[in-house]
Amino acid sequence: MRSIVNYFKDIIFGLNSLVTGLKVTGHYFTNPKEIITQQYPENRDTLQMFERFRGEVVLLHNENNEHRCTGCSACEIACPNGTIEIINKKVDIDGRKVKALDTFVYHLQMCTMCGLCIPACPTDAIKMANTFEHAVFDRSQLTKVLNRPGSKLMDGVK
Amino acid sequence: MEEIIHQELESQEYFINMGPQHPSTHGVLRLVLSLDGEIIRKVEPHIGFIHRSIEKMCEHDSYQQIVHLTDRMDYLSCHINNEAVCLAVEMGLQLEVPDRVKVIRTIIGELTRLSSHQLWWGVMGMDLGAITSFLYGFRDREMITDIFEETCGARLTMNYNVPGGLMFDIHPNFQRRTKEFITHFKKKLPEYDALLTNNVIFRERTVGIGILSKEDAISYGVTGPAARASGFSCDVREHHPYSYYPKVQFKEVLRTEGDCFARYQCRIDEMWESLSIIEQLIDNIPEGPYKAPTKAVIKLPKGEFYQRVETARGEFGVYIISEGQKNPYRLKFRSPGFSNLSALDHMARGSKIADLVAIMSTLDLVIPDIDR
Repeated sequence: MRSIVNYFKDIIFGLNSLVTGLKVTGHYFTNPKEIITQQYPENRDTLQMFERFRGEVVLLHNENNEHRCTGCSACEIACPNGTIEIINKKVDIDGRKVKALDTFVYHLQMCTMCGLCIPACPTDAIKMANTFEHAVFDRSQLTKVLNRPGSKLMDGVK
Repeated sequence: MEEIIHQELESQEYFINMGPQHPSTHGVLRLVLSLDGEIIRKVEPHIGFIHRSIEKMCEHDSYQQIVHLTDRMDYLSCHINNEAVCLAVEMGLQLEVPDRVKVIRTIIGELTRLSSHQLWWGVMGMDLGAITSFLYGFRDREMITDIFEETCGARLTMNYNVPGGLMFDIHPNFQRRTKEFITHFKKKLPEYDALLTNNVIFRERTVGIGILSKEDAISYGVTGPAARASGFSCDVREHHPYSYYPKVQFKEVLRTEGDCFARYQCRIDEMWESLSIIEQLIDNIPEGPYKAPTKAVIKLPKGEFYQRVETARGEFGVYIISEGQKNPYRLKFRSPGFSNLSALDHMARGSKIADLVAIMSTLDLVIPDIDR
């Protein structure tokens, strides 16, 4: 007798539990406004990334095509993966030979976006940009030169 | 005549490969199952498919650079892993970090634990054949990843800790967003119970499955919620408190059944505990600097330093042997997943293949954590 009671108890408990679950899903089925889904490729124009999001390293330039990088290689030392390569040149300033930045090579394919290079920079020349669509068809396109052609050091940065 | 029939029906053990691409193996884990019909006689895990020699790489990196490698081990509790390395280095330097750092580390650590458990809850449902729970788990996890993205700068591999403190201060919106999340999630957590915990199919597949006794849990070195479900009190936050845990009120979740359902309920209860820990701290973040001053090149004194923390999966340890250089002589990680996996064979013997999936998901294995 007891086993029969338990049998029916189990059935009622089982059906009850299924209805409880269906109530939750049914609630969202009838209230689609509570669902938070971003339609990503369609909302690309209005998409707002967070300010601190680490997407890729960029070298900041002002409107006169000047940057703040002195070529000290502090970021190259701080980088754990060998992502940044600083190539320097000697320039003549008032007859003195001074070290200056020639090429700022950035290997995006090796970057883990750890952000250790940003606090390492003594002149705040680089920052992390918010871009995140990095996919390209050819691997060589991921090796980037960050300083723009013809750019030079900003006045007063040492 | 009878003998012949008996011989024909006699079963033969055979081997089957589960993984490395099976969707419910949570990554590249290969299990060689020795089967008698559908009954498991032996489970032999083959690991090492994503071994990246992180421990060896650490020997060539400076102490600041080591931190970001631990993100890639147990990527679901990366902030807690980072904290372990930082605490070990701070122990070597005998550096006292400001209270603000401790509180923020604790809050974000608990948020990490929550997000890890939410993902585990969703994936556990999906392993057992319910896709709904996966979407619901990710819906709530999205709010936490948004908090991380705004404050730490990344959603998964955050790298927010540095030896001596934090990389930068919390975002002004951090407290508001976290409070919003707590009120939101307190309403949503009962939904989890309605969908899975009380579901009859789910109960049939978890209650009494994969029983691990307390003695076995201790002898296999199982830690975390998997061991606490067997009654083994092993919460590092309680027994060897670090950061701000000594000043926080929380109780260790313990169960005695040791089956899949107990492990499941342990994690659900831990979510409530994490919420209460965050609630205690979120309004009381002390003012002060977010970083203790350190030298640009950190050199630990000669010696050995061990720090243990409680990640979402169990006890995570960092063991540094320093020779006084700017990089460690040897660095060993004690990862919870590796020890938890070793108990899988013991738990799965005698059960069915479908039970193995339930056992694996309640162990909450993260394969990069096992392989390192």
